[in-house]
Order: sequence, then structure tokens, then C-alpha cells
Amino acid sequence: MAATTVAHPLVRRGPLARPVAPTGLWSWITTIDHKRIGILYGTTAFMFFLLGGIEALLIRAQLARSDNTLIAAGQFNALFTMHGTTMIFLVVMPLSAAFFNYIIPLQIGARDVAFPRLNAFSYWVFLSGAILLNMGFLVGMVPDVGWFAYAPNTLKQYSPNLATDFWIVGLQVLGVGTLAAGFNFLVTIIQLRAPGMTLMRMPLFTWTTFITSILIVLAFPVLAVALIALMFDRLFGTVFFNQLGGGQPILWQHMFWVFGHPEVYILVLPAMGIVSEILPVFSRKPLFGYPFMVYAVAAIAFLSFTVWAHHMFTTGLGPIAVSFFAASTMLIAVPTGIKIFNWISTVYGGSLKLTTAALFALGFVAMFTIGGLSGVMHASPPIDTQHQDTYYVVAHFHYVLFGGAIFGLFGGIYFWFPKVFGRLLNENLGKLHWLLTFIGFNLTFGPMHFLGVDGMPRRIYTYPSNMNWDLWNLVATIGAYTLGVSVIVFIVNILSSLKNGKWAGNDPWDGMTLEWTISSPPPHYNFATIPTVHSRDPFWLQKHPELGGHELMSDHGEVTVGGEPVAEVPLPDVHEEAHVDPHSIHMPDPSYWPVVAAFGLFLAGLGVLMGGGLGDIVFYPFIIADYVSGMQYFAITGFGLFVLLVGIYGWSLEPVNG
Amino acid sequence: MQHVATAPPAAPPMHVEEHTTTTGLNNRKVLMWAFLGSDCMFFGALIIGFLVYRGKWIGHPTPHDVFDIPYTSVSAFALLMSSLAMVLALAAIQRGDVKRLIIWLATTSGLGLVFIGGQIYEFTTMAAHGLNLSVNTGGTTFFVLTGFHGTHVTLGIIWLLSLLALAAQGKIKQGNSLSVEIAGLYWHFVDIVWIIIFTVVYLIPV
Repeated sequence: MAATTVAHPLVRRGPLARPVAPTGLWSWITTIDHKRIGILYGTTAFMFFLLGGIEALLIRAQLARSDNTLIAAGQFNALFTMHGTTMIFLVVMPLSAAFFNYIIPLQIGARDVAFPRLNAFSYWVFLSGAILLNMGFLVGMVPDVGWFAYAPNTLKQYSPNLATDFWIVGLQVLGVGTLAAGFNFLVTIIQLRAPGMTLMRMPLFTWTTFITSILIVLAFPVLAVALIALMFDRLFGTVFFNQLGGGQPILWQHMFWVFGHPEVYILVLPAMGIVSEILPVFSRKPLFGYPFMVYAVAAIAFLSFTVWAHHMFTTGLGPIAVSFFAASTMLIAVPTGIKIFNWISTVYGGSLKLTTAALFALGFVAMFTIGGLSGVMHASPPIDTQHQDTYYVVAHFHYVLFGGAIFGLFGGIYFWFPKVFGRLLNENLGKLHWLLTFIGFNLTFGPMHFLGVDGMPRRIYTYPSNMNWDLWNLVATIGAYTLGVSVIVFIVNILSSLKNGKWAGNDPWDGMTLEWTISSPPPHYNFATIPTVHSRDPFWLQKHPELGGHELMSDHGEVTVGGEPVAEVPLPDVHEEAHVDPHSIHMPDPSYWPVVAAFGLFLAGLGVLMGGGLGDIVFYPFIIADYVSGMQYFAITGFGLFVLLVGIYGWSLEPVNG
Repeated sequence: MQHVATAPPAAPPMHVEEHTTTTGLNNRKVLMWAFLGSDCMFFGALIIGFLVYRGKWIGHPTPHDVFDIPYTSVSAFALLMSSLAMVLALAAIQRGDVKRLIIWLATTSGLGLVFIGGQIYEFTTMAAHGLNLSVNTGGTTFFVLTGFHGTHVTLGIIWLLSLLALAAQGKIKQGNSLSVEIAGLYWHFVDIVWIIIFTVVYLIPV
């Protein structure tokens, strides 16, 4: 390896100089290539999808029949808490981040994101937070306070062991990684668009990523404050939520949901963007009502900050607050409805190709509509009072987050897998996967509507037989295990297609956007020549000028009237020309520093846990416990922050190329 | 692959040019503005946490029992003046005057240190009067809010001193005055936050 590092003899190489080996484990650990980071995000998120899925299957096994004793009440609390937290923070968000990473620079015609090392830092911080969150399994103290962790149940006197601390520290660290990613994609989309790609020519997935980044940047600091307050209450005796010092537990609910409701859109907007890419391609029509879609996304994002208290209708907010939040919540149905009608209008009259990706996208539209309708029902306070904490709510948010987000993300995997790995996923296995997912999903969550209106509370670990909830619970459990089988089919498909899948070529679906103009998988530098964009869906217009649909957005005025070309149009030049020598394209080398900085943050989080009591548990068998205890473990936090600082210095001062 | 046989390509340039951006603005500058927007939400949440409990404090001492407004006004003045020094530091390097850059960076971080020293003394005095993190929601929200502001100032000082060290080595020139400008954006923001905190927390009577 040393022999390969003489490319820049003038640069003195320090101990952690930028590594240059193109393959091997260290090349992945130190990578700052957005494509590799995207694959890391996707793979990690899928592992946690399996973990969260197993937790769900255990929950459903326990609820399969009345008076079941398979899982104890305490374990059940831990399972639904970790299932929810995992699926939201360790699955849907990083899976969306995987698409942001891989696709956004390709869609906007860039060679990488604005801050490649910050991007690597985001991933490693995400992994650190995920490990800290799940560390409780090692010492048998698994977070068990629900994914929204209401005070005062989370205070020390009611949750004395470390379980809640794992949740707090894990989420705090995850939040740092998410914020870093949010900043990065915000700046990337503002700054690195190819010449000619105005805002209103950006692909819709780029738009939803842009808006999602804004939501992340504005919502996650509020979560950070909420977690800091809770952490201080538990570790340092503050009284933010503690009535003994005059604190009000309800403050937690406000803080959490000011973050929590935008978070819902952080989860679902990327999937909406993916669906808005898939449906036009397989309908062979440009997206219907593009500007309305863009404005609808922006309106949803704005409104998402005005609706948080609809999670709190039963807490006694008073009629004025309840009326306001009911009205603003119902208002969100308007832009959401616009999006649904536009997707339907995109498909309407198109020549549909029902690939697996298209099926998942259509499944998204149908399932998300159902979830949206039950959402509008909750917006009505009297109805919500009946639904509060019942399985009806569980049904609603699974239709939105599984039927919505996960369907969209699966669609995205089938759509872009050939771009990422160069091979197509098997369509037969894919359709089987889709069918099992669709049936299993509706079997699992459809009956929960009935159970909910029949009064079955969520989060109970069992129920007596005379409630007559056995039948629908059994159906839901059968559905859940059908979903389990569908995931196995998906894994088989992935593994076999990686080896034997059909070669995809650059443009397997007759795509519309820039990522399909380059090879699959794309070269390290993405575009040999940065393309110039003259219209929305530039690649589509270049291939099919006769199909038009872009009159308003093209540089060249009217293209077609009634399908008849009326003018000679100079075609937008988005095809990659081979006349650029790839060696002249200069990309920054990989770097150790993002990993070092992320490791510092991991240590800082670990130190908080050690000081909170983990230290005494870990070192209890050893004599050291007599000498080191309690607050002294916070020295680990100090050391971690020092490592973080060293990482930032190394990062700031290293040259672009090692 | 055919490149292997031919002569090696020309040596890559030692400095990668700043890529042209869509807006023409520098990436790091846009990043800093985005961060400041985010930090507004951070301090907004902390300040609202203070306001929610303001005047509903149980028992004594409350923050207003132990405030020493003239004392805090002096340290607030020092912090405000540091913003002036920051502006002069940026103006100096934009003229290419490294010497004055160093002087004004030292002044800025020195005034920042005066503020932090003042805060440490203030916290100690308050603790001696019985106001601490757990006495009531007043102590809790006051110390966490002002403590996180102090942390921001401290990070800013570390940043300014790092820039000062680079400048002393001659590594900051007229051409990269942007490094100073971005640190300045952060510094001014932290100052503005203090103006709000000082007004809302200290000056408005309960």
C-alpha cells in the first residue's frame, strides 16, 4: 500500500494522512464518496429493519391470542419501545438518507455532496447512536418508555434503571448525525445544481429531499433541547418535568411533538419524492402538475410545525387551542390531497408498465390515502378522544409509515438498484415480494382499525378473552408473519440478483432524470462532463422530444402542439461524452478524521451512560469499582469531546489530497 | 485502461479550485447560515422553556432574587464590544492586514473570555445564594439556558484562538478572509442571542 502513495510527493504525510487505497475494509471506513456512504446507510438500515421486524414479530406472537403468557409485561414494553424507535430512527430515516446520498448528487448533476467528509461523519455518528441506543440489550436494561417517552414516567423515580438513559443518549447522538446530514443536503441542493437546473427544474425527489432537510434543520434542535432537559432531570437533578420542583410533565409533550410532527413528514416526504419519480417513468408521462406538487410539499412542511398539539387533544388544552390545532391539522389534508390527485392524474392515460417498482409506488398511493383518511378523522377532537391510545391510532400510523414510507422506499430500491449495482433485481421474485407485502400489510394493520374502534388500547401486553378481540388479533399476527416471509423473499432476491441479475445498462427503465445518463454503477466522479440542463426531465426530453409536455419549462419555447413537433429543437446535451480524461477529474481523497470525530462523540455518549450508572454495573466485579465511581466516569465524556475536537482539527487542517 | 501504457498524466494541481456554485455563494458560508437557523430553534426552545415557568417559580431564591443587573450589564457590554472587535478583525484581513487581524482576534476572544469569566463568577455567586439547578424551575431553566449560551461562547473563543494561531503562522491571507467571516457570523449570532437572553431573562421584571 505504501508504494501507491507517492502521487503527491510534496505533501508531508502525517500519521492519519488521507488514505488512498481504492478497496478493502479501510477504504470503506474512510470513504467520503457519497455513493459508498449511501450503500453503507442502506445496508445498516436494512440490518436494523430486520431487528425491528423481529421485535414486531415477537409483539404479534404475544398478541396472537388472549391471555397469552409468551412475553412478560415488562419485556413487552421494551419490545414496542425499541420497535418504534428502531423503525423510525434506525430504518426509515437512514434508508431515506441512503437515497439522499446515492441519488441526489446524480439527479442534480454534481460530483459529490457539498461536504463529503461531513457526509461520512453523519454516517458514523448515526452508527454510533444506533449502537448506544441498542446497548441496553447487553446489560438487560432495554428502553421501555414508549417511543415518545412521556414524562413523568421517564423521570428517575419512575424509571430508575439505565434503560431510559440508553434511549436519551442514543437519540441525542443520532440527532447530531441527522442534523449534519440535513445541513449537508440543504447546502448541496442549494449550491451544486448543474448549470441550467433552476429550482423549478429539479426532480421531485430532489425537492422532497430539500424540504426534508429544512425540516430536519429546524425540528431536530427542539428534540435536542427536550433530550437535554430530560437528561439533566435524570442525571443532574434539574426539575424541567418534575412536579416536586414546580416542573410540568406536559412540557415534555409539547417539546417532543414540536419535533415529533415535523418528524412524521421527515419520514414520509422522501418516500413521496421517490414515488413521484417512479410513477412518471412507468406511466411514460411527465409528472402531472409539477408546480402544484412542489408547492404542496412546501405547504406540508410549513403546516407540519403548526399541528403538534393534535397529539395532545386529550390532555386538556382548552377549547381555543384544540380548535386551532384541529383546523391546522385538517388543513394539511389539502396539500396532501393535491399530491394524491396528481399521482393519480400522472398514471391516468399513461401507458403503464407494471414493474415491481411501479407496483410499490401504486401501493404507496393507495395505502397512504387510507392512512391519510384515518388521519383526518383524528384531526376531529371528539373522534380523537375516542381513538386516543387505541389500536386505531396504531393502524393509522402504520398505514402512513409502512404503507407510505416503507412502500415508497421499497419502490425506490427496485427502481434504483440497477443504477447502484449495475444489475436488475429479479422481477418475478420482486412481484412475489410485492404481493406478499401488500397482502401481509393489509392483513396486519387493516384489522387494527376494527380493534381500535372496539376499544382495544395500544401497548397492552395481553387482553382477556371475553373482549372478543381474539379473531382480529390472530388475523393481524398471520399478516405480520406474512410480512416476515415477504422480507425473506426480498433478501433472496437481493442476494441472487447481486450475483446473477441481468445487466441493467445505463438506462433500464427509459428514465427521465440525469442519473440515467451515466453508467451503472456510476464512476467515482459521476459525470465526466457536468451536464447542462435546459428543461425539466432533461433526459426524457432528449430521448422523446415528440412526447413534449415541457413546453413551459424548456429554454426553447414551444416544442409540440397536440403531439406534433412544431419547431426544430436543439436537444439538451446531457449525454456523457468520453472526450474528458477521467484522470483530469480531481476528487478529494478519503479521510480518517470523520471516523475519529464520530468515535469521539460515541465516547462522549458512552461517558454519560457510564456516569449515569453503567460504569458501576460494568466494573462492579472488579476492584476498580472501589476507586472509580459515579460522576468520575464523566471523565470519559471529557475525553470523548477531546477526541472530537482533535478530529475536527485534523479534519480542518488536512490537505484535500493525501 | 490504455492510460497505463502511455505517459503518466500531468501532475494534479496542488490546490483544487473552489468549485463554482449555483448561487455563487461559498458552500461553507451557506452551511453557517443554515446552522444559525437551526441554532435559532435550539435557543428558541430553551428560551420558551424559561418563559413557560417564568414567574411561576416555587419557593426562593428565584432568579430575580439573585440577579445583579449592573454586574451582568458590564459583562454583556464586554460581549457586545467583542462584536465590534470581530468586525474590525474581518475588515483588517479583507485589507490584507494580518497584524491587525491578530490584534483584533485577540481582542475579540479576550472580551469573550471576560464574559465567560463573568459568567463563572456570576454562577458561583448565585449558587452561594442558594440558586442551583434543582432548587426550582427558575434555577433549572436559568442555568441550562445561560449555560448553553456560555458553551456557545466558549466554543467561539476556541475557534477564534485557532484562527489566531493560524494567522500567526501566516496561513490566513487576504484571499481566505472567508474563514474569518464565517467565524464572525457565528460570533455575532451568539452575541445577538445574549441580547435576547439578557432582555428576556434579566431585564423584564416579573
